[in-house]
Amino acid sequence: MYRYDEFDQTLVDERVAQFRRQVGRRLRGELTEDQFKPLRLMNGLYLQLHAYMLRVNVPYGCLSSRQLRQLAHIARTYDKGYGHFTTRQNIQYNWIALDRAPDILAELAEVEMNAMQSSGNCVRNVTADHYAGRARDELQDPRVWCEILRQYSILNPEFSYLPRKFKIAVTGSPHDRAAVAVHDIGLRMHLNAAGEPGFEVIVGGGQGRTPVIGKAIRAWIEPEHIVSYVEAILRVYNLYGRRDNIYKARIKILVNALGIDKYREMVEAEWAEIRDGVLQIDPAESARIDAYFAPPAYETPVDVGAELQALQDADTSFAAWMHSNVAGHKVDGYAIVNVSLKEPGKVPGDLSADRMDRVADLADAFSLGEVRVSHRQNLVLVDVRQADLHTLWQELRDIGLATPNIGLASDIIACPGLDYCALANARSIPIARDIGLHFSDSDKLQQVGDLTINISGCMNACGHHHVGNIGILGVDKRGQEYFQLTLGGSSNEHASLGDRVGPGLPQSDVPAAIEHIVDTYLDLRQGDERFVNTYRRVGMAPFRAAVYGDDSGQAAA
Amino acid sequence: MALVVNGAVVADPFVRVADEDALPDSGAVLVSLATWQACEAALRQRTEPVGVLLTSAEHPEALAAAIDVLRLIALEFPTFRDGRPYSYARLLRDRFGFAGELRAVGDVLLEQLHYMERVGFNAFEIDSDEPLADLAVADRDFSVRYQPSSDGRPSAAQLRSRR
Repeated sequence: MYRYDEFDQTLVDERVAQFRRQVGRRLRGELTEDQFKPLRLMNGLYLQLHAYMLRVNVPYGCLSSRQLRQLAHIARTYDKGYGHFTTRQNIQYNWIALDRAPDILAELAEVEMNAMQSSGNCVRNVTADHYAGRARDELQDPRVWCEILRQYSILNPEFSYLPRKFKIAVTGSPHDRAAVAVHDIGLRMHLNAAGEPGFEVIVGGGQGRTPVIGKAIRAWIEPEHIVSYVEAILRVYNLYGRRDNIYKARIKILVNALGIDKYREMVEAEWAEIRDGVLQIDPAESARIDAYFAPPAYETPVDVGAELQALQDADTSFAAWMHSNVAGHKVDGYAIVNVSLKEPGKVPGDLSADRMDRVADLADAFSLGEVRVSHRQNLVLVDVRQADLHTLWQELRDIGLATPNIGLASDIIACPGLDYCALANARSIPIARDIGLHFSDSDKLQQVGDLTINISGCMNACGHHHVGNIGILGVDKRGQEYFQLTLGGSSNEHASLGDRVGPGLPQSDVPAAIEHIVDTYLDLRQGDERFVNTYRRVGMAPFRAAVYGDDSGQAAA
Repeated sequence: MALVVNGAVVADPFVRVADEDALPDSGAVLVSLATWQACEAALRQRTEPVGVLLTSAEHPEALAAAIDVLRLIALEFPTFRDGRPYSYARLLRDRFGFAGELRAVGDVLLEQLHYMERVGFNAFEIDSDEPLADLAVADRDFSVRYQPSSDGRPSAAQLRSRR
């Protein structure tokens, strides 16, 4: 993992001191709320329905066990004893007092963490594949470039007052686990014709009110030019992005208005001016950073395949967990273990302080002290010896963190919704709970197979409903909470936006509608075809009929 | 309102001339881009300093041919949220080579001076009773910069490479 040197540490410490001063000025009335708002937002502090919410960056989803323990300590000391992991691989605390926020930032700085630019109209936490550096299909660990982009974007003097927020995601694998196509900039590593690794640059993707799949602005770029290229994209956006209407201010609107060809022409012209300048990445600096991500010293693999198989044969719940929560590791003898934060009936992504401490202990005992946060709001232990899998599973099961549902129907993404959020129209969490409980039967889950269900409490789409295989959007209909369903969304390398099924449903009807959709899929699927592929093959009609009855579907369209 | 130029409080030597007013016969003047474009020949003949004020919707490219003539370019922040002048400042300093006074005017907040200095502003119109104290605070906030910018100060990566 990357470690701060004296420059990184000094900057974060200075930021804490600056924010302490700013909070003091606000509390003394020297800053108006209007003037203070962008300052607190750029330190991750939102004013929500009941209290301040603090969003803490987990850079590209990587945490040490020490950092996770500090997050637990903060949850206990400054909040109500839990935190919420988000779709930007960050953690949010929902019950923060303004006057204590600087103390929290100081506690974070002690473990090389910060909340800089976790909100505001600036470049947000750079996200990445949560299997980065460990995935079997990966070309190159992308985290060195994530860290370089993190440093480039933090307190960038030119791009701290962009038209709107700006999100960058990076994957080093052809199989996209980082949803790069629905980001303002998505970077996808691949080999060019000469076999050299570089990035495809995708621009103008996003969710929110106007969901857009990003467009390729450049097919391949050498990694050492990535910062200057990002600067060219940002500068053109900063100069020409709309500022008259916040709902039209994201880069996707600019790219769509100009057309990708015109936008590319402008970016390439800007890039030509700066590409060989000071932003070219010094190989010594990238080597310095890359060294932090060097693979650990792995042990000589021990073949435990037969034992693991016997344990699975003997215990179907261990088998189910192995099947859905454990992924292949690039090093023989090791495995990647997903820790599900989606226990049926609980809030997706929430974790108590005590469990954070336990996961940190398990990371130390079984995974070389490192934990990842996935954008699907789960945790990941990336370096588990296969010989330890059964023991780890028992330990996780004892603390309720072995729900065997990764990638399955109850592995639901949900935003905080109207229970917390000032923007929401509807409550996401009760819907997630209902569906989670509905799919709490492990056999049914495994039978249905890969299925992403994403829930947003309003059209801002923090719950990624547009790219859920089944998307659920909360809307306000004459003061009542209703939910619109979409089908066929996906955020992987075959990204697509979901299609609306029909008119919104009251909350009480949603679980049954999901069940009808899933049953229709089970009837129609061919072989082991995934839900999204069945939908793409057969189209909306049978699903619409299943939800609304045979007649109402047409009217609903 | 105070004007700080290169770290000192000064009386503004430039007189702002509204578009509808005639140019004074003498003295330093600050005019709009429209006036500059309409009266460029006359303005170029003046012996005393000339400055142009750009709104945040006016790209400094329009002044590219006048960079060596102008002594002041003022960039207006209609609201502190409008970040375009930061990019204009960088382009003026780094691309067009403007070496004169680059002044931030409009909704200029103390909390933004640090960013403004880094992109090349060296003059600020700020609403403050103690402008120098405010500037000193803004200056002190950060000793580390991750990005090379138009202030010429080294980035963290550049300092690392010198170790």
